[in-house]
Amino acid sequence: MGVVTLSLIGLLVSVYLVLWKAGMLGSLSCGTGGCETVQLGKWGELFGVPVAAYGVVGYLGIMIAGIVGLQPGWERRPEPALYMFAMSAIGVGFTLYLSYLEAFVIHAWCRWCLGSAAIIGLVFVLAGLDWRESKNSGIGA
Amino acid sequence: MAGGPNLTRFYALIGAIAVVGMAAIWFQRGDSSPSGVQVSPIDIGGFEGYSIGSDDAPVEIIEFADFQCPACGRHAILTAPDIMRRMVATGTVKLTFKDMPLDIHPNAVPAAMAAACSNEQGKFWEMHDQLFFNQNKWASARRPAGIFRDYAELLGLDGSQFRECLSSRRYAGRIEASIREALALGVGSTPSFLINGRLYQGTMGFDRFNAIVDSLTAAAN
Repeated sequence: MGVVTLSLIGLLVSVYLVLWKAGMLGSLSCGTGGCETVQLGKWGELFGVPVAAYGVVGYLGIMIAGIVGLQPGWERRPEPALYMFAMSAIGVGFTLYLSYLEAFVIHAWCRWCLGSAAIIGLVFVLAGLDWRESKNSGIGA
Repeated sequence: MAGGPNLTRFYALIGAIAVVGMAAIWFQRGDSSPSGVQVSPIDIGGFEGYSIGSDDAPVEIIEFADFQCPACGRHAILTAPDIMRRMVATGTVKLTFKDMPLDIHPNAVPAAMAAACSNEQGKFWEMHDQLFFNQNKWASARRPAGIFRDYAELLGLDGSQFRECLSSRRYAGRIEASIREALALGVGSTPSFLINGRLYQGTMGFDRFNAIVDSLTAAAN
């Protein structure tokens, strides 16, 4: 349940950044202005797609897997926990790469990105614990 | 994981978070584009940006910037003074400022208009500095025009002419034309710089400008 809740919050953060980048929202609530520097620079996109859009897809995938894992009949299966763990591991790797860019290339920090980094880190830990539990006891996500 | 009533309560919690989150995002909606502005040849009138420096300078830097963009503000405060003093004043660089107010900044177009109205009275660069150096004071203001009028007064502009200019929005079309020019050039972020025809996107420190200008002046000699 923790993974699903955190993924939903991460999904909302990512949707907010995607809509802002698309020009559908007003000023970005950021404070320091670092968010705009990060989001509007050339590193704000990967293969022509805003980096936050990858967050939308990733968090949505983890959230759906988490909900599936809660359903009767899926509770004892390890697949949802394994999927969440694998997806969050990719997310952590991507986040580390983006944080490196913020620290050493862009020289600006985006609070929303840091928030997302904390969320995906927690999701990774919880999904890892879930997976280990499912392997040890046969009880899944 | 628990099922039954616990799961129902959990779904209710998830639904509530989703609704509150989407509502928060919904209330962030905004639109700052000069909608409905028609760009006609009269609006542009041969205007090629706000320039300073010698026409004979070997290097021309065209800056596309947004007065409300924090990165543009940092450039104006930290780097532009060095460019002015060490490149423009020495005849090495001709600097041209062009507007690229972004949709995400609701006060960027009004600020660009304030700068254009100051230009009518020969004080574009003075207003440029006022706007960037005091960006945090007007960026989130609901009605920034009053603050811009204060700056105009501070700069010794004719207040009634400035007010009439702002309310007429006569430079809206020219600003829109500048945005379109930037987009046509491939400008995707602010500030961006077109240096002797080559586009550099994002902020750069003075050392980077210096290296580029040095290489261009060496090539010209």
